[in-house]
Amino acid sequence: MSKIIASAAIRGAHKIYNKTEERYKDALERFGPDQEVGFPNTAYYLPIIYAITGIGIKRIGDMRKVLDICKRLIPPPVREISSLPYLAPALDAGMATFFAEEILEAIKYLETPDFYAANSEDLTESSNWLGAANDVIFRKRGVEFVDGTAPGFAAIVGAAPDSKTAAKIALELQEKNLYVFMCGENDGKRISEQLAETGVQIGWPTRLVPFGPDIYQAVFAIGFACRVAMAFGGIRPGDFRRNLIYNKDRTYAFVLALGNVTDEWYANAAGAINWGFPTIADTPIPQVLPTGICTYEHVVSNIPHHQIVQKAVEVRGLKVHVARVPIPVSYGPAFEGERVRGEDIYLEMGGGRTIAVEWTITKKMEEVEDGRVEVIGPNIDQFHVGSQAHFALVAEVAGRNFQEDFEPILERQNHHLINQAQGIMHIGQRDIAWIRISKQAVEKGFKLQHIGKIIHAKYHQDFGAIFDKVQVKIYTDEEKVREILEAARSSYRQRDQRIEGMTDENVSTFYSCTLCQSFAPSHVCIVSPERTGLCGAYNWLDCRAAYEINPQGPNQPIQKGECLNEQYGQFKGCNEYVRNASRQKIESVSLYSLLVDPMTTCGCCECIAAILPVANGIMTVDRDFTDMTPCGMKFTTLAGAVGGGVQNPGFLGHSKYNITQKKFLKAEGGLLRIVWMPRRLKEEIWERLSKRGEELGIQNLPDMIADETSARTEEEVIAYIAEKNHPCISMDPMI
Amino acid sequence: MTDETLKSIDKATTELLEKAKKDEIGTVFSRAEQIKPCPVGLEESCCKICAMGPCRLPRTKKALQKERVGVCGATIDTIVARNFARRVAAGVASHSDHAREVAETFIKTARGESQGFSIKDEIKLMEVALDFGVEIENKEVKEIALDLGGRVLEEFGRQNGELRYVRKAPLKRQEIWKKFGVIPRGIDREVVEIMHRTHMGVDQDYHHILLQTTRCALADGWGGSMISTDLQDIMFGTPVPVLGSINLGVLKDDEVNVIVHGHEPLLPELLVVASKDPEIKALTEKVNAKGVNLAGMCCSANEVLMRHGIPCAGNFLQQELALVTGAVELMTVDVQCEMQGLQSVAECFHTRLITTSDRAKIEGATHIEFHPEHGFDTAKKILKLAIENYPNRRHEVYIPEYSQDIVAGFSHETINYLLGGLFRASYRPLNDNIINGRIRGVAGVVGCNNVRTIHDSGHITMIKELVKNDVLVLTTGCAAMACGKAGLLVPEAASKYAGSGLAEVCETVGIPPVLHMGSCVDNSRILIAATAMVKEGGLGDDIGDLPVAGAAPEWMSEKALAIGQYFVASGVYTVFGTTWPTMGSDRVTEHLFEEYEDMFKGMWAFEPDPVEGAKLMVSHIEKKRKALGIDKSRERVLFDMAMRRAIE
Repeated sequence: MSKIIASAAIRGAHKIYNKTEERYKDALERFGPDQEVGFPNTAYYLPIIYAITGIGIKRIGDMRKVLDICKRLIPPPVREISSLPYLAPALDAGMATFFAEEILEAIKYLETPDFYAANSEDLTESSNWLGAANDVIFRKRGVEFVDGTAPGFAAIVGAAPDSKTAAKIALELQEKNLYVFMCGENDGKRISEQLAETGVQIGWPTRLVPFGPDIYQAVFAIGFACRVAMAFGGIRPGDFRRNLIYNKDRTYAFVLALGNVTDEWYANAAGAINWGFPTIADTPIPQVLPTGICTYEHVVSNIPHHQIVQKAVEVRGLKVHVARVPIPVSYGPAFEGERVRGEDIYLEMGGGRTIAVEWTITKKMEEVEDGRVEVIGPNIDQFHVGSQAHFALVAEVAGRNFQEDFEPILERQNHHLINQAQGIMHIGQRDIAWIRISKQAVEKGFKLQHIGKIIHAKYHQDFGAIFDKVQVKIYTDEEKVREILEAARSSYRQRDQRIEGMTDENVSTFYSCTLCQSFAPSHVCIVSPERTGLCGAYNWLDCRAAYEINPQGPNQPIQKGECLNEQYGQFKGCNEYVRNASRQKIESVSLYSLLVDPMTTCGCCECIAAILPVANGIMTVDRDFTDMTPCGMKFTTLAGAVGGGVQNPGFLGHSKYNITQKKFLKAEGGLLRIVWMPRRLKEEIWERLSKRGEELGIQNLPDMIADETSARTEEEVIAYIAEKNHPCISMDPMI
Repeated sequence: MTDETLKSIDKATTELLEKAKKDEIGTVFSRAEQIKPCPVGLEESCCKICAMGPCRLPRTKKALQKERVGVCGATIDTIVARNFARRVAAGVASHSDHAREVAETFIKTARGESQGFSIKDEIKLMEVALDFGVEIENKEVKEIALDLGGRVLEEFGRQNGELRYVRKAPLKRQEIWKKFGVIPRGIDREVVEIMHRTHMGVDQDYHHILLQTTRCALADGWGGSMISTDLQDIMFGTPVPVLGSINLGVLKDDEVNVIVHGHEPLLPELLVVASKDPEIKALTEKVNAKGVNLAGMCCSANEVLMRHGIPCAGNFLQQELALVTGAVELMTVDVQCEMQGLQSVAECFHTRLITTSDRAKIEGATHIEFHPEHGFDTAKKILKLAIENYPNRRHEVYIPEYSQDIVAGFSHETINYLLGGLFRASYRPLNDNIINGRIRGVAGVVGCNNVRTIHDSGHITMIKELVKNDVLVLTTGCAAMACGKAGLLVPEAASKYAGSGLAEVCETVGIPPVLHMGSCVDNSRILIAATAMVKEGGLGDDIGDLPVAGAAPEWMSEKALAIGQYFVASGVYTVFGTTWPTMGSDRVTEHLFEEYEDMFKGMWAFEPDPVEGAKLMVSHIEKKRKALGIDKSRERVLFDMAMRRAIE
């Protein structure tokens, strides 16, 4: 009975609106209209209000006009007899509810700034609630929505009847790769507290995000979705219709209502329907089954807990590919961010104290027995709790389609493949790998051969098209490990030399990457040997392998064709491809220029370069740097200017690695144009930066590049580079 | 002796028929008993176009078709087609002349010369202005309105080119019209051309005559009627859902009852405002009445109901009966469907009948002409007359105790809003639920009352049958009022009368299974709604592909024929009841009933039994569902990332 729901939602909206009016009046009186308000470190103001109305709330005084909009949106209560149509008014009331709740939350940030663990991915000593994601967290996590590692999120409201059920639901959602956003309270209990009780790690890294204790924090989930559409979908603030439909079509989110559904919950559920996010309840509330605003049903109720996740996924219309890996612990991207802390370690390998090396090599077909996993040396049961061991992982791959070039591609997967196992932590690669196996995993029966099982199963699932067989050897015997280390190192050297020798000139095929078109429909990456993907995740070889694996997939070969402009890096074939694949939004694209037809970005670029016109140079900033940059914009504002597949001359998204590639900003004079970057980024690439500088005839280039410790404004940059006699001073003017 | 209770399914009507009979007051019902329909006229087998005739060429069992020719040699096909064409032209002229009046008032309003009118819906003004190619940037509302008004008025006298609104139709539909050369040039021109072509000795090929008939009808649906609706919405507000009440029980014993009857909403709008005027209130108190009770009749009622929730007294066949209550102080009439019999009924009581249009007078009635320049003064003058007349009630008042809640106000814009709210407004939920089969299709059931059938019965029987079969019904005019009285226009009707699928959707949205879309000129709203369904996607690319049908089970006026013809020409299968005016010629009938399907994807049908008529509509809807491939249930599609990337 939709009428009951609509009536309750409208009542709930009235209650929340009235509460907000009161709090607003108090805050206005206490702080005055000019007091600044907002969620921490975001360029999106109060994101739902900003996305839907285009109004950026900066001060308390700005809230008035939005409250007036709420007042107009919330209809009178539904009549008992001969009622006027109520669905649309209830949806409007739901929207007004979110506006009001954002205002409530903004006031809460002002009044009790420590209520939430601001800027933290994890719970802190002082708070069990994470509140609104700042833009750094948002972008980092948003990328997973874009590339599909997280298809969406479940917004859980309330609590399960007991902690065990809560943990089961959360685990099932994690196994389906979904983020879990939690708020609200049922019968004095909250699901995030229930999870904590059973020892489940919560926080952004494990995708179990406790936003807050009340229903009002549902706005942090919806606000996240609004920001995805603005940041990656290129949807302008105020373009409410496109934002909502974007989320309906692309963000696979839903609400799980656990417990007694109050009027306020109904109001929030009605609001979520605007985004195409349905509600699935465990109580026998009325249902709304006819389709149209959501992809399928709008409200489905009375679902038993053991079926509720499966049901929700189906109602939302989501297809999840769950990796089946024959190991005794859960497996999936949601477990990638989980940590194994010191006191939880059963066995640790690498990390500086012991050797840990991973090597994937080609073998002949007859040398490989597919699926065979050998452990050479002591296994888990031969170590006691808290031990350290040497470790070598050799994956021997064979197949008619396998090429030596694919070895590093598969090998590089080991990190996240192993890390996705629950209770196993993996960091690094090659000879700097670092693995921790937790007590909990060992309790569940995890053994070293299971690492081999993961490699075998996942190589086949993800890369089955490029090889036929794989066997895995795991060494823990120190002597053997050292032998492997030597052989592997020589192989690494050969590989590096081969890659460094590759240039754009000596290949005829580049690759496209449209992986992000699920979220940024007009963005196309062109990946060439000397321009790795702007997200940092895909180089030319990766794309080539991806194409071999899935010829219909998002990486397609592009015959680069005639070079139209050597300086800018414009190729006939690339232009034609981009025009088509961007759905005619982009006419031509330069691979090496920031000023002329720069390549677009979806929004998940690692860095953004921007011109500093007076300095006659270019700065670049990576997404972990949240402060102001000399161009007068923070990373997140810059991302707003270039994100969503828009071409914006003067700005360029690129990867960190690309900075030291030879064609970087070739049209503008190359690496020597770079006059500023954040200190931490500079340190991260110092060695390569230095080496590339020397190749260009400049000693101490990293030192000549200003950073936030030496310059915060363009004037300071100019002064700094003048003092250091930075090479760009004598270069031709860019404009 | 006839049994009055068999003449209508509406109790208020039959009670007052009994009273009329007792009081020996003649009404349309009693006159119908005395006059039988002319059998030759009924099949349109009579030609009186020239003075060599009239040539009566009725069908006889013996006569062969080829022998049925007039003095001039005109075949029965030509004669029937010409008669049909002229009746359609009369209908088109009526709607369009109404539209012209609205357009002229609109221009006066834009100039600030009308009294009491304003531009109420600026958003719609902008939309319509864009349809007409008016530059709206950096221009004042009045300036835009004036520009629009000028362009709209040009549509009537346009000699060449195409009516602007034609471009609102789906592209495929426009191509079909182009192919048969039926895109109207100017509204008046198409009417005039019919009158010319059907003059003695001009167009004498029925195919050719009917093509012009089609072009003329399109000048109504996608011309005059659409202009009326749009400009009325701009001036008086686009209707939104509103709660009202209907039937003669809305008249009040202790109030001054004023009935607005007719079709043009101009004066009624001002009467609504004037009835709240303090001076009027004071006068009312002076005569010891509790207030002025404004009630509507026929399409004037629909207009003020849709926009203000003003109660409806009843539909076409109830107009005289309203006066039989003895409770009506005054009735205003403007144009169309007002029976001359009203005056003789009024004379039996104290009731004053006021004619208000410069186009229409009734002998014996008081004429107070309405002109927008002093519209408000006129409205007040009329109300004063009514109030003064209140003490003159000289008969016992008898008001039947029947009135029914009614939820109306379903404009195209409103339906769009109701299906998704302000932020997600669209026809998607409608299309989705048609595709998934909860709703089988949509039917427009519209039109008049006809005293040759049981009053309201055709409408209600047909509509109940349709909603039972999960067909959502859109209704206008007297059909809508019949539904209101029968309790079909409240949300509660969904669970009572609709099939489970339709009921579920109605319950979700909170709508009745039958949606009141306004007066008979507002049938253009149905065309726009159908176009919106096409544009929303998933149901073909033309109105002719949609699982929809139309009907007028109790039609009587020439306007109904014009409406039917433009629906058919827009691709809608249309079933008429009571009688059919081309029965004189098998070939003309076959052309309209069958060959038109190949040409226009819409065709006529005639079925006097409303249940059978509904069945024809449902089977047509099923045929369209099959053609669309939505006749079978579909598997749920689950989306992965690759499918998401493929989304445009």
